[in-house]
Amino acid sequence: MANVFAFVETRGTEVRKVGLEAVTAARMLADQTGGGEVHALILGPPGISGKASQLGQHGADVVIVVENPALTNYSPEVATATAAERIKSGGYRAAVFTTSAQGRDLAPRVAARLGVSTVTDVLSFEIQGDKIVVRHPMNIGKVIATISIAATPAVISMRPNVIAPAQNQKAGRVETAQPAVDPASTRVKVIETKQGSRDKLDLAEAPVVIAGGRGLKAAENFKLVEELASAFGNAAVGATRAVTDDGWRPHSDQIGQTGRLVSPELYIAVGISGAVQHLAGMRTSKTIVAINKDKEAPIFKVADYGIVGDVFDVVPALTDAVREAKKHH
Amino acid sequence: MKLAVCVKRVPDMDVRFRIGADNVSVDEAGLKFDLNDFDAWAVEAALQLKDKNAGSEVTVISLGPDVVQETIRKALSMGADRGVHLKADKVPFDGFAIASALATELKTGSYDLILFGKLSPDSANGVVGQMVAEMLDLPCVTAISSLEIANGRGTAKRELEGAQEIVEFPLPAILTVDEGLNTARLPSLKGIMAAKKKPLESRPAQLPQPQLTVMRLELPPERKAGRIIGEGSAAVPELVKLLQTEAKVL
Repeated sequence: MANVFAFVETRGTEVRKVGLEAVTAARMLADQTGGGEVHALILGPPGISGKASQLGQHGADVVIVVENPALTNYSPEVATATAAERIKSGGYRAAVFTTSAQGRDLAPRVAARLGVSTVTDVLSFEIQGDKIVVRHPMNIGKVIATISIAATPAVISMRPNVIAPAQNQKAGRVETAQPAVDPASTRVKVIETKQGSRDKLDLAEAPVVIAGGRGLKAAENFKLVEELASAFGNAAVGATRAVTDDGWRPHSDQIGQTGRLVSPELYIAVGISGAVQHLAGMRTSKTIVAINKDKEAPIFKVADYGIVGDVFDVVPALTDAVREAKKHH
Repeated sequence: MKLAVCVKRVPDMDVRFRIGADNVSVDEAGLKFDLNDFDAWAVEAALQLKDKNAGSEVTVISLGPDVVQETIRKALSMGADRGVHLKADKVPFDGFAIASALATELKTGSYDLILFGKLSPDSANGVVGQMVAEMLDLPCVTAISSLEIANGRGTAKRELEGAQEIVEFPLPAILTVDEGLNTARLPSLKGIMAAKKKPLESRPAQLPQPQLTVMRLELPPERKAGRIIGEGSAAVPELVKLLQTEAKVL
């Protein structure tokens, strides 16, 4: 029987979906190792403690809440010190993080502080004897590695969207804690934050991703993609590297080998030819739709459903049809 | 400024990989190798700082078998001053082991700034820079897409979900580089000639016991062949029907 730690990501006073996924993964690990407790750490501004019960519903036995006005945004040094201290004193078998921008920054720092290795972008895990064994994509997803982790705690970061947050009611007993370092004394200081819209779904978390490529011909035509995304209501907008290199969209929107990795339920590629660099970022999507005027485009080889045609003709029609379909739900 | 850049030799990804006979490595026959893109941007960032700060020196460090010296030479031909090869039979999968060996090398260098690419696409963990920062107890900013250094302090931009942050940090520090920071210069012919004479030391990497073991590599299942359902907006009703009834995503 072993206890498992989960780091719960937040945005402002909201728990991110990946945070619930981390708790769910930790619950699975605890149950598979004989039914230990899940201890979930959540850091955020005053008000974040109100979310503790939500974590209990997803399988947290204990919720460690660190509330501080300086923690509205992610603070690497505070999060690292607080998580590492708790993991050290808690004697956990495993610690679960998320492969998000925050998690990519945080998990390796925490692992190094604990003197252990870590595996990021974990697709699945199982217990084999006394080892935790994980699957991890290499070579831009073209090779899948099965990795055995000898270290205790096993520090892993789950890929977003591979584990659905599951209901599994536990006590969610709240413990309050202090940041392990003073948020005002960090060496790296955030001097400016350009906040995106809080309502905007993150690419890695959105169940539907609509991505646009050069086939849209100009930056302003991305409004077609935006409109299709808004018709779905649960979609985020991404782009190819060609488009972000041209400055039509910010680099943070780039899906591909050097950008974001996404695996949504539904991926719609609009005017995207399907370069290897792009496919690397989206090939694990569950359903792929491609709309492109060139029927030889490589994107059609991976698309479950392809429409050959002009994006300016097909996309508005699809937007209308999706709006109509959503109305009848 | 004393600048260090840690770089990795990685295969070109635009191929169909084969698994080696041992089942735990990728068959390297026929693969083309080059300096990792993210690392090339890190080298470029260091070279731009060198251009602005007279008397600066850029050291390029790579861990692996003798062939990684080619990768170090490439960075030297771009304009870096000296290379350090940390010799190992192979590059371990375990990022903690790599970071430990690099930290051992870096801690004696009194560098003002140590740069890494944010990720290498082959092992694809993206952990080494942050781990070295912890091991050396240095401030660290990951995945930066802009950088200014002035008066012993740095300013960088990084992306988080839903926000962009501008952060300030004291030197010495560790940075990991994202796409968008710069465009890496190509080695000039003169640079390639000059690189042959630049110092490149080689010494054994001080690698600890790995904590991660690659048990097996496999190719992911192929996606089932794509299917074109029609042409133009006339195909939209069929697509919507398939999304509702077959894929069940609408």
